Amino acid sequence: MQFFTSRAFPWLFLAAAVVLPLLFASDYRLFQLTMVVVYSIAVLGLNLLTGYNGQVSLGNGAFYAIGAYTTAILMDKLGLPYWATLPFSAVICAGVGFLIGLPALRLGGMYLALTTFALAVATPQLLKYKAFENYTGGVQGVVLDKPDAPFGLPLSQDQWLYLFCLAVGALLFALAMNLVRGRIGRAMRAIRDQPLAAEAMGIDIAMFKTRTFALSAMFTGVAGSLGAITIQFVAPDAFGVPLSLTFFVGMVVGGGASIGGAVMGALFIQFIPNIADEISKAAPGAVYGLLLIAFMFLLPGGLASLIRILSGKKRTA
Amino acid sequence: MPLMTMLLEVKGLHGAYGESKVLHGLDFVVEEGGVTTLLGANGAGKTTTLRAVSGMIRTQGEILFAGKPIQGMATEAIAGLGIAHVPDGRGTFMELTVEENLRLGAYTRNDKAGVAADLAKMFDLFPRLRERFHQQAGTLSGGEQQMLAIARAMLLGPKLLLLDEPSFGLAPLIVREIFEILGRIVRESGLSILVVEQNASLALAIADRAYLLETGRFVMSGAAEDIRKDETLRKSYLGY
Amino acid sequence: MDGFIHQIISGIASGGIYASVALALVMIYQATHHVNFAQGEMAMFSTYIALTLIQAGLPYWAAFCITVPVSFVIGALIQRVVMEPLSKAPVLASVGVFIGLLLTFNSVAGWIFTYTLKPFPTPFGEGKPLFGGFVSRHELGSTAITLVVLLSIWAFFRFTKLGLAMRAAAFNPVSSRLVGVPVARMLALGWGLAAGIGAIAGMMVAPVIFLDPNMMAGVLLYAFAGALLGGITNPLGAVIGGFIVGIIENLGGAYVVGTELKLTTALFIIVVVLTVKPAGLFGKTLVSRV
Repeated sequence: MQFFTSRAFPWLFLAAAVVLPLLFASDYRLFQLTMVVVYSIAVLGLNLLTGYNGQVSLGNGAFYAIGAYTTAILMDKLGLPYWATLPFSAVICAGVGFLIGLPALRLGGMYLALTTFALAVATPQLLKYKAFENYTGGVQGVVLDKPDAPFGLPLSQDQWLYLFCLAVGALLFALAMNLVRGRIGRAMRAIRDQPLAAEAMGIDIAMFKTRTFALSAMFTGVAGSLGAITIQFVAPDAFGVPLSLTFFVGMVVGGGASIGGAVMGALFIQFIPNIADEISKAAPGAVYGLLLIAFMFLLPGGLASLIRILSGKKRTA
Repeated sequence: MPLMTMLLEVKGLHGAYGESKVLHGLDFVVEEGGVTTLLGANGAGKTTTLRAVSGMIRTQGEILFAGKPIQGMATEAIAGLGIAHVPDGRGTFMELTVEENLRLGAYTRNDKAGVAADLAKMFDLFPRLRERFHQQAGTLSGGEQQMLAIARAMLLGPKLLLLDEPSFGLAPLIVREIFEILGRIVRESGLSILVVEQNASLALAIADRAYLLETGRFVMSGAAEDIRKDETLRKSYLGY
Repeated sequence: MDGFIHQIISGIASGGIYASVALALVMIYQATHHVNFAQGEMAMFSTYIALTLIQAGLPYWAAFCITVPVSFVIGALIQRVVMEPLSKAPVLASVGVFIGLLLTFNSVAGWIFTYTLKPFPTPFGEGKPLFGGFVSRHELGSTAITLVVLLSIWAFFRFTKLGLAMRAAAFNPVSSRLVGVPVARMLALGWGLAAGIGAIAGMMVAPVIFLDPNMMAGVLLYAFAGALLGGITNPLGAVIGGFIVGIIENLGGAYVVGTELKLTTALFIIVVVLTVKPAGLFGKTLVSRV
């Protein structure tokens, strides 16, 4: 089990993630794996905010929606290529996240959870709003084209999209790893665990919290963009409470304050609903919900902590 | 004292908050009727000892109340046996009225007439509580809150009253008034009191028996009168 | 003008529902400082229980009288079995459990009762609106029921020993144990009461918005807004807040933002209250804490 916590593991994992699916996966499996990458980024975004910084968000689906719609509108209305929309969606989501983070600062844990939950409930309605209908397509949403592989690469559309998302994901994961391992990460965790001590140490709590919010929104927004490109479709009802709660479930199950946990959480939310369907044909949500409660009781640190326990490594995060 | 009835007997009491041990094997008794005091500096373990008796922390050792083991029982069940506890900080229900605080004191009792009689007694002892009866308890002064806390505890109809630093944060005049009233309660009702105090001279004045606690261990015990009279003891241990 | 009055009256009727759910939320919040995100789904589930009983042939009020205590027991059981062991866990764990409950109730309801909209009967008759057409029979009846519920809850907390003990346990659990109040049992009771109130709110709102597993999402949001507006530490404030939010919702829907952005109105109220006056309109700040 030591293998999973070794320094080389992320590189080996990435290499395997590049090679194996291209060799063995069908188009449908590739699509599913692409979504795993997308969800990994989104869960990582939530993890930075909730897991590392202790700000519980039940509304990160809203940022995902903003990212998805930014990409969809830029592609559909302005004809921008898919890859060029990502920087826009990153900047816009970071900005919105920063603005939402400002009032959120004053809210203790439960209030923030409540407000972000309200945001999640209201998001589909806002997306359907008539005044924006020219851009958002209202209830109908926007349909997008699937990108081809560039430079005449001998890859199918699905293969290329998978690699593209994987590349963006690897970049963002590297960024997050560097952040949480350094000074900034220590400050984020200090604010979560010992706010008073953090303040005494001269950490500007307000600044860190709002910037973490912006960072989280940026990650989640980029995930939304990639998700929109992958699914080739955006529509309001896909971005409601269930989506936000899915990210939350992914984060908890994968493990709070764990980079690797984000991947495990993403695998969980992509594949478990299928398995849950088989366990109980009609109530996958119940399997989801009961698993969530079970995790809180038995494994509050998520799957990531299980690996840590099995490999006998002390928790450092 | 083989013939004396022991209301509370504590043997080999160990107590801890999480990992840090605070009490290291205490043995002490509280006799039926009269005042026993635990003296000691800040952090000696006085408050923890009272909490241990009330089942508010995990303990090891034996605690017998009226001959029956109460160790491991829930705090509310221990209160139901007749142990009233005025905690540190007085435990006032700030958001509730004085009346409601007092009604809560009598929560375990169903004898309406007895409660009414006890309430009248408390008004007698603390006339100010009658004046403030319908006021929100959070608006009372510190001294009034201490009186309310004692009255609330007395309404339980206790056999044993645990008092945690009744003098804390109060002006000397009010402290004297409160201790005089406590003395009156003991004389008139024959109640047993276990009082924890930093102010040793104050506590020794009303106590029958005293224990001196230092970092979780007793370093001295004896009749309060003997300690009061023995200047060397007082000077070396209590510093007055 | 007639339209305006009608909107106000509908606002009071739906406000009563929000006030009930807000009260349920505040009861649990006061005792545990947790916001029960599953409150709405629990109420929805109770409403399905009532519908099942009615469809089995029971008269409405018999179903009503069975549903409320059954919901009470479910609520109390959840507190004992799930919440109590985690009472000292960090915020994330309790939010996790609430979300787990929400998902479970939602999908179990969808599984047993399907996701199709179902009409729910009103006990107040479908006849012509009353008082010159301003008030439907159901609006009048449900408002009356809501007021009766709120008043009895108030009287219970104000005048009974048990109610006092529950308040004490919420404010100061340590002191409460010392005077002999079994705090854990009080919390379970609080959860039971909250579930019972929620069940009534669900049965009152279902004839208006139809019954489906997602029925309570909007109601819960308005209840949040109402509780925060009135002050989440103040039950009476939360009730008043619920009514105000009901009126704002109806007037805003009719004259300002249109019905499409009703949920956003609730979000807006929540954000404004939390940024401008986090204690709410009637939230208490104690004078002295010496």
